[in-house]
Amino acid sequence: MSLQPAIAKFMEKQATVRLPQFQPGDTVRVHVRIKEGDKERIQAFEGVCIARSGRGGRESFTVRKISFGQGVERIFPVQSRVIERVEVVRQGRVRRAKLYYLRQLRGRAARIREQETATVGAP
Amino acid sequence: MIKGILGKKIGMTDAYQAGGELVPVTLIQAGPCVVTQRKTAAKEGYDAVQMGLIEFVKPARLSKPERGVFEKHDLAPCRFVREFRLPAGDGETKPGDRVLVDVFQERDYVDVIGVSKGRGFAGFVKRHHFGGGAATHGSMFHRAPGSIGASAFPSRVLKGMRAAGHMGHARVTTRNLQVVAVDADENILAVRGAVPGPNGGYLMIRAAVKPPRQRRGFAGAGTVDPLKASKKRAGKK
Repeated sequence: MSLQPAIAKFMEKQATVRLPQFQPGDTVRVHVRIKEGDKERIQAFEGVCIARSGRGGRESFTVRKISFGQGVERIFPVQSRVIERVEVVRQGRVRRAKLYYLRQLRGRAARIREQETATVGAP
Repeated sequence: MIKGILGKKIGMTDAYQAGGELVPVTLIQAGPCVVTQRKTAAKEGYDAVQMGLIEFVKPARLSKPERGVFEKHDLAPCRFVREFRLPAGDGETKPGDRVLVDVFQERDYVDVIGVSKGRGFAGFVKRHHFGGGAATHGSMFHRAPGSIGASAFPSRVLKGMRAAGHMGHARVTTRNLQVVAVDADENILAVRGAVPGPNGGYLMIRAAVKPPRQRRGFAGAGTVDPLKASKKRAGKK
């Protein structure tokens, strides 16, 4: 076997986490397992997915939210065992794969139009 | 039982451990191997097992003496053949036996031996981590060695002075890499961390000669408070 496919196959076997489909522009709620000593609790991190990067087992996504007026971004590996589950709250219509321009925008300007054919979370 | 196998470096990626921790791993195409010779203290003066990594090679690529080893036991020729020492009196292994990745398990510690990437004739900075000088601001001292000794006394350069020269393409052993995953179906071994050599390079993998000791803070050992431990000892007396 040549080398790279062997890595892909290994990653495939390791991949056990299955997240719902979502794209940049979607608002997601990521339920994160947090360990405090020997206790574990779950905290939600809700924000706009502004990028997905990487492929296969090493893919990750970036979630941005405004927390107390301060922009906060978290990058999660898709296969991360820290993620309990992901809810897609809202599907947005965007024309970019990476929404880094949102970092420059605040408030009303940073809104994202909702996709008309949204399949989940319609208000 | 042989605690070693031959393999080929596939490349690096990452993997999740049982606890959910993401760790860097190197994938190794480990085996299948075939035992080609059993060396004994009586005949060769030491106990060892010689094995070859099973892969296709034209017989004409091997020398006649090499071919003879395989023909003796009617085996397919191997390109990469290496020896592992055995404890004396191990009578189980014989030529023709297969050696598979399952000699190792998750969480075992292994030593990985390979040939490092060749760096050619390397200068001081790359080979010995010298600092070098400033690149700009009128500096005329860039990557040169600087002084390599005194003048009239001793009138020579001391032996062992670090200098530029050939770097890499040498046998390197990386000790105590932890096995993260074993895939017996695909003959793949995943070890935590990097191993010597380029992707596709040949490797020897053996059980760690000096595995990490159980110590404070080491996974598996309970935490010890040094103050309380000494009190306990005093109490016992």
